Amino acid sequence: MGFHLCRDYQVLGIARLMAEEAIIQVRNLEAGYGTQVILRNISFEVHRGEIFIILGGSGCGKSTLLKHMIGLRPPISGKVKVDGVEITESDQKTYRKLLRNIGVLYQSSALISSMTLAENVALPIREYTGLADDEIASLVAMKLALVDLHGYEHHLPSEISGGMKKRAGLARAMALNPDILFFDEPTAGLDPITSAEIDELILKINRSLGTTMVIVTHELQSIFRLAKRVIMLDRTARGIIAEGDPTYLRDHSGNKTVRHFFNRIPMSEEMISGRTR
Amino acid sequence: MTRHNGSSFRIEDKKQEGTTVFFTGKLDVRSAPDALRSITEHIERNPPGTLVADLANVSYLDDFGVLVLDRIRKTVGKKGGRFLLRGTGEKAGEILSLFNFEGGWRGTLKERQPRAGLMVSLGKATLDQIADLRFQIAFMGSVLLAFLTVVRHPGFLRLEDTVASMKKTGVDAFPIVALISFLLGLIMAFMSSVQLQQFGANIYVASLVSLAMVRELGPIMTSIIVAGRSGSAFASEIATMKISEEVDALFTMGFDVTRFLVVPKVLASILVVPLLSVFSNLFAILGGLVVGVSMLDLTANAYMTQTFKTLRFFDLWFGLFKSGFFALLIAWMGCLRGFQASGGASAVGKATTSAVVSSIFLIILWDSIFAVIIRYWG
Repeated sequence: MGFHLCRDYQVLGIARLMAEEAIIQVRNLEAGYGTQVILRNISFEVHRGEIFIILGGSGCGKSTLLKHMIGLRPPISGKVKVDGVEITESDQKTYRKLLRNIGVLYQSSALISSMTLAENVALPIREYTGLADDEIASLVAMKLALVDLHGYEHHLPSEISGGMKKRAGLARAMALNPDILFFDEPTAGLDPITSAEIDELILKINRSLGTTMVIVTHELQSIFRLAKRVIMLDRTARGIIAEGDPTYLRDHSGNKTVRHFFNRIPMSEEMISGRTR
Repeated sequence: MTRHNGSSFRIEDKKQEGTTVFFTGKLDVRSAPDALRSITEHIERNPPGTLVADLANVSYLDDFGVLVLDRIRKTVGKKGGRFLLRGTGEKAGEILSLFNFEGGWRGTLKERQPRAGLMVSLGKATLDQIADLRFQIAFMGSVLLAFLTVVRHPGFLRLEDTVASMKKTGVDAFPIVALISFLLGLIMAFMSSVQLQQFGANIYVASLVSLAMVRELGPIMTSIIVAGRSGSAFASEIATMKISEEVDALFTMGFDVTRFLVVPKVLASILVVPLLSVFSNLFAILGGLVVGVSMLDLTANAYMTQTFKTLRFFDLWFGLFKSGFFALLIAWMGCLRGFQASGGASAVGKATTSAVVSSIFLIILWDSIFAVIIRYWG
């Protein structure tokens, strides 16, 4: 199948169907810690090649949901299917194989502190490909150049800034060019310029490599810039309270919490009047 | 046609046009390594005047694919040939331009700085040692000042933390100290009995075990166990607090960090380690007693009488003093190494190792110094 064929698909109208192929399916997921249920009855799909955002206020269970989608935590009940693998039921071997096809950028970047940036990025490439050292070095240089970290190859994570750590974490997450990239708060705590740079990087990778992106965030500007489809979680509802295009939800949602979230308005009436006074 | 994991390539050698490599399907992480090997080997064997890489039928290209193309280009170039790309679609073109494939190739890793020479390393190590010594002295001063403040204003002592530290360092260490000391007493009695039996001097097993334990081994063994258990815990706790900026937070909240974190640990250690060392002595003597009664035909009464006859009060007090002093060294070194940590997770490991090694070294060093003092004084 070449680019020519892709064009043919478009002619046949199949491209749309391909684009909406579900790469992640979450069905009736109930998640929590111990006996405490944080999320219940969660069902949604992520389509191949899209940028999908999970959003919501602090403590609503966004990061918990992400951990369940990666298989870091077992759900209380329900199913999660990632790239054709039921991660809730799969055996270790299948799950490990799946892990090579997903990349995760953690909130704290999670770079191995005793290794330089180049060593961090090279780690999965060396482990899972049969490439020679100089070829790995070339790939590492390419990946670091892609995230604008050329020249910082031999720095330790402790020697670089938060934004650079995020970018290095991203370079490592996409070391094996996975089909799906998960991001846990990629721009939290970064300055607006760096945040915008990370957003553009996410768009660039999504556009050029067709990587599916699942992003957990509550940064409004990132949400509007990146996503066509979002789900919003709520702490009191313990589930999804909105799903769809963020711009549409901002302007037309019937749910007060959703409207307030997207328009950055406090929930308490008193505080609103305080603002207007 | 060679197929590899969803991608394939075909090499066509024509005399006039040169070699053409037709790539089909995905040129990615799965297919790149095999494609790279096969094609470069082919080029090495039959160096072409011109090599054309045909990407017209490539459905997916990523940086692994770009690496393949770059390596083919380099190998052909080395053999004096020419490399050409053909059929680059929009998407593949975008990927290639992302890495400046045509000009200013971005796949070269910066050279690592060459290692420093012997003299530079030596100089750096010396300066590091001097800085370490200065920090140690400054830290000692800060601990002393914090203790003085606590002595003048006892209300400033964080009593809850001190009690918690006493439990962790003392009560929790009791079982392991008791077990190891009991076994140590057993072993000493057993080993010495083999020699002493030859002279009919079985009863001196009791003297040997009690004197060795109370004066030397009790304090040393207890201190080494505490260094391993608590010294390491102090270092790792403070190091983690340091790298996660908790120490800075305490400082900016106006706390005296040394008084907040170090004084409770040092005080708790000084209070409980001598007690642990008393228990260590008792259990070792019990171990010796078991061997004496079961193997050397001694009565428990005779064994204990001989033990009390051997020991002087001075031995006991001196042992206790040494234990307290070692406890000070352990807690001081544990906290010091914790505060010296900087960087990430590996710094915590380094601080912990260094705390334990330095503590054990200092324990042995000071024990030797005490041995010399007691030789000329006692």
